Amino acid sequence: MKDAVDTPETRSAGLKGMGCARKRVEDVRFTQGKGNYVDDIQLDGMLFGDFVRSPYAHARVISINAEAALALPGVVAVLTAADLAPLGLHWMPTLAGDKQMVLADGKVLFQGQEVAYVIAEDRYIAADAVELVEVEYEELPVVVDPFKALEPDAPILREDIAGNMEGAHGPRRHDNHIFTWEQGDKDATEAVLAEADVVAEEMIYYHRTHPCPLETCGCVASMDKVTGKLTLWGTFQAPHAVRTVAALISGIAEHNIRVISPDIGGGFGNKVGVYPGYVCSIVGSIVTGKPVKWIEDRMENLMSTAFARDYWMRGKIAATKEGKITGLWCHTTADHGGFDACADPTKFPAGFMNICTGSYDIPVAYLAVDGVYTNKAPGGVAYRCSFRVTEAAYFIERMIEVLAIKLNMDAAELRRINFIRADQFPYQSALGWEYDSGDYHTAWDKALKAVDYAGLRAEQAQRIEDFKAGKTRKLMGIGLTHFTEIVGAGPVKNCDILGLGMFDSCEIRIHPTGSAIARLGTISQGQGHATTFAQIIASEIGIPADDITLEEGDTDTAPYGLGTYGSRSTPVAGAATAMAARKIRAKAQMIAAYLLEVHDDDVEFDIDRFVVKGAPERFKTMKEIAFAAYNQAIPGLEPGLEAVSYYDPPNMTYPFGAYICVADVDVDTGEVGIRSFYALDDCGTRINPMIIEGQVHGGLTEALAIALGQEIAYDDMGNVKTGTLMDFFLPTAWETPNYTTDHTVTPSPHHPIGAKGVGESPNVGGVPAFSNAVHDAFRPFGLTQSHMPHDHWRVWQTANKLGLHG
Amino acid sequence: MIPAGFEYHRPTDVASAIEILKTHGDEARVVAGGHSLIPMMKLRMADLAHLIDLQDIEGLKGIEIGAETVSIGAMVTQHELITHAGLSEALPIIREAALQIADPQVRYLGTVGGNVANGDPGNDMPGLMQCLDATYVIEGAEGSRTVSARDFYQSAYFTAREDDEILTRIEIPRLPAGTGYAYEKQKRKIGDYATAACGALVTMQGGTCTAASVAMTNLSDTPVWSEEAGAALVGTSCGPDAVAAAVAASLAAINPTQDNRGPVEFKRHVAGVIIRRAIEGAVARA
Ligand SMILES: Cc1cc2nc3c(=O)[nH]c(=O)nc-3n(C[C@H](O)[C@H](O)[C@H](O)COP(=O)(O)OP(=O)(O)OC[C@H]3O[C@@H](n4cnc5c(N)ncnc54)[C@H](O)[C@@H]3O)c2cc1C
Repeated sequence: MKDAVDTPETRSAGLKGMGCARKRVEDVRFTQGKGNYVDDIQLDGMLFGDFVRSPYAHARVISINAEAALALPGVVAVLTAADLAPLGLHWMPTLAGDKQMVLADGKVLFQGQEVAYVIAEDRYIAADAVELVEVEYEELPVVVDPFKALEPDAPILREDIAGNMEGAHGPRRHDNHIFTWEQGDKDATEAVLAEADVVAEEMIYYHRTHPCPLETCGCVASMDKVTGKLTLWGTFQAPHAVRTVAALISGIAEHNIRVISPDIGGGFGNKVGVYPGYVCSIVGSIVTGKPVKWIEDRMENLMSTAFARDYWMRGKIAATKEGKITGLWCHTTADHGGFDACADPTKFPAGFMNICTGSYDIPVAYLAVDGVYTNKAPGGVAYRCSFRVTEAAYFIERMIEVLAIKLNMDAAELRRINFIRADQFPYQSALGWEYDSGDYHTAWDKALKAVDYAGLRAEQAQRIEDFKAGKTRKLMGIGLTHFTEIVGAGPVKNCDILGLGMFDSCEIRIHPTGSAIARLGTISQGQGHATTFAQIIASEIGIPADDITLEEGDTDTAPYGLGTYGSRSTPVAGAATAMAARKIRAKAQMIAAYLLEVHDDDVEFDIDRFVVKGAPERFKTMKEIAFAAYNQAIPGLEPGLEAVSYYDPPNMTYPFGAYICVADVDVDTGEVGIRSFYALDDCGTRINPMIIEGQVHGGLTEALAIALGQEIAYDDMGNVKTGTLMDFFLPTAWETPNYTTDHTVTPSPHHPIGAKGVGESPNVGGVPAFSNAVHDAFRPFGLTQSHMPHDHWRVWQTANKLGLHG
Repeated sequence: MIPAGFEYHRPTDVASAIEILKTHGDEARVVAGGHSLIPMMKLRMADLAHLIDLQDIEGLKGIEIGAETVSIGAMVTQHELITHAGLSEALPIIREAALQIADPQVRYLGTVGGNVANGDPGNDMPGLMQCLDATYVIEGAEGSRTVSARDFYQSAYFTAREDDEILTRIEIPRLPAGTGYAYEKQKRKIGDYATAACGALVTMQGGTCTAASVAMTNLSDTPVWSEEAGAALVGTSCGPDAVAAAVAASLAAINPTQDNRGPVEFKRHVAGVIIRRAIEGAVARA
């Protein structure tokens, strides 16, 4: 009876569907210390692996002597490249079409590279044994500068492919060169540059950094010799892809491999790639017949796993005197380290860097990226944007500022007159993308109004006066950013990783009592999938989100998917979820019509039920329909109520946002104090506003860290200078400013629920906003460009070079 | 990040601890809060066969506020330095400095004795103790002796303490009325050591400075107490010229080196700012 008297609003609220700030269901176990991470897994007889790593950035390995280590009680085995070679496992393919040493094969290419793998009865013995392995090295000349790497007489780093001038992405022009990737129209762009009223040119460097997830990488490999089944638990952002790769490189049939991603303590792209630790643990388990666990420590994670950025972007931007942009040119030198271990879609060796025309209507553009080997850790995959969208956004948002300086224009106005207009969508960019939707002017005006932009500029002018009069030593900077993202990779026609199309999946089963389980091909690492995907289902089929279990990460039970990174879960798996739910709803409609004894077309969906059109008192709730699916013999319908959807997105989605940061910069100490930060995000349909806010806060804090101090720095010898959290900046609550979040909603026209993805936006847009604030503070004193990170001494140095220290 | 194996000892009096130190020579080391030593062991930069935990030795604990002197046991944690009401009243600069060490987690375990005995130029307490003209009480097999904090530090990690001696207490003279104080520190983030730090004490009587003490942290391979800086202030009203002279004297005494916090010129510039803030802060509170 209750069902009949509840108002539509009450029924709708009870579902906790889309738009509801539903509390994260994951947090109960996480906040009570009841998560289940890979290091929580304990198996009988489990052994522990640990690496001997290279102290040198470039050296020949003359000999490895493991005798003393093997003599230590409790040591079970020591693996070297020589042991893996007969299995063909001393090298492995990277996700970028390159190959990578699993264990040093004759030489090492970066500090921290895996040289030998010790297996022992516990991790203490393993750590002692690592010390006992004697490795003799012969040091080789080190190359840490990608420009020097391409000089004619540079030492050849990758001897394994020396002289092979055809790489995975076309011709190589130097032994340390990986690929050249060109997009757009070079000739037309250069013609525009030659004739333009104004051309601003600058080198924009986005330094090397690292996502540093709280949980480091690790795995447990367990080969059951009786069943022939390998189970691999690990910190995998793409468990299905890992299974396929494991099958391809190990020769174990794919149905005999089960990959499980348990709870993951943050990934940010750091956990997409395949690391030597996984391969060695699998081999270790096969060799010893026992489970083998491998867990990195913090220094290993920072030194050897997927870094982020390290892009040198030379830019030229052309405009009319009035500031209308007429062309954009970019040449990037991309430092990939010792191996190209990116995880970009095959056709995109520099990811989606060609989104670098940003939010602007730029008629012609050209982009070239040269990938280069150096003696640094491999990767380039990571940090809340695997696909170089962060680099692209930083590049264009700096170039706009540089152009504003050249034109002596206000940077907010310069952006406004160049935005793609709402009526231009879908918009074809000069570098080949079709932007699905956007309304940049509305967002921008809302943002400027919210922060009282004119008032801030007036205050800044006063501050400059005060500074010049000696009344203050602090300058004020206003950091503007309007970013456009490209996420949700992606259409199978042009996006694949190792040949695997980048679709994603969801399978939903409705139980007889009207509750449900849904399984996806993605895997949450903190994004709250169990919360939000249940909300999509709740709204689509009208059963409460609280009655839906969500499962991911077990390849034996979940449908195949490409995993979670690049903000793709909501655009791709979220779409699959909606589509699977709609299949269920379609069947439910037939069941309801049968029960109500009317034609299928005579019932319609209403929140949590089907009602007879024009007779709202005649209805069947989803609960009733679910039960009927299991207890009625309905002519022409199979029993049961479940569906699966594999969703191949027709296009990417293009979230965007307007961020404004206000900073106070102390010219003497170099300290940058963030006074306020306003973040407007448009991620299309908003599934859970609270989760969006959490994602934005987290990403902005990462952006703050990157812009103001976080880096993986190397000295000339290739030593990592920032290998511990003493020197690698990870902000705490103390360093984290207050954020003001806001939004506009421009749904994606091609996504079933109009959602676009938000996980990476704050990192993509945050970095240029923080960086532009620092730059802006010094703009009146003649600064055009100073490279990140804007840590104390570099900011001081900027002030010093501008003569601000008297 | 796993240390090599070691024997763990947990004596309940100083004499037994010294005995174990004597028996094992440089194979043994005392551990207090462990927040300098254990990271070194995990990095395998310190490899010790014997670790002697001091936490069960009652005699190394407690803060006594005497009429002339404040006595702080070596095993008093940095957290206790912050929360001890009597100490905050008698020598508020200690609380101000302790609050700028690392983060609460480190301060719950890290001790004042470990901080001053360690000899790390990055530690804040050594400079502070020089500023306060503290005396360290050190016990060895032959009995007990005292060393002034201003004479204790020889170079990074080298101090006047012998390997088989234990620092038991720190004795600090109470300050005359009219003494202002400040501890200023610039760091990159919470949990970081100083880019530059400075403690200053200034005693003013009738508008004139009668005593002053300035000491700096992480600007040389030892803490630096500048007698000249104090002298530049005494007898003046601590106006801009006197402060500038004191800052100049302090800067003349330091010898910073380049590291990830920045190059030498930057550190000198920041040191100038921090020292001036400390002195001006102390004058303002005097
Ligand atoms: C992340 C981090 C950040 C930090 N930041 C700061 C900072 O900003 N400022 C700062 O001052 N410190 C900082 N520290 C260090 C911290 O304050 C340490 O706790 C302190 O330096 C040592 O005290 P402890 O009790 O932990 O000593 P331990 O680590 O136990 O010992 C340090 C050394 O002193 C010796 N020792 C200890 N007690 C005695 C004794 N009674 N007699 C003789 N020898 C003894 C030990 O043998 C050892 O060699 C930081 C530490 C960490 C981990």
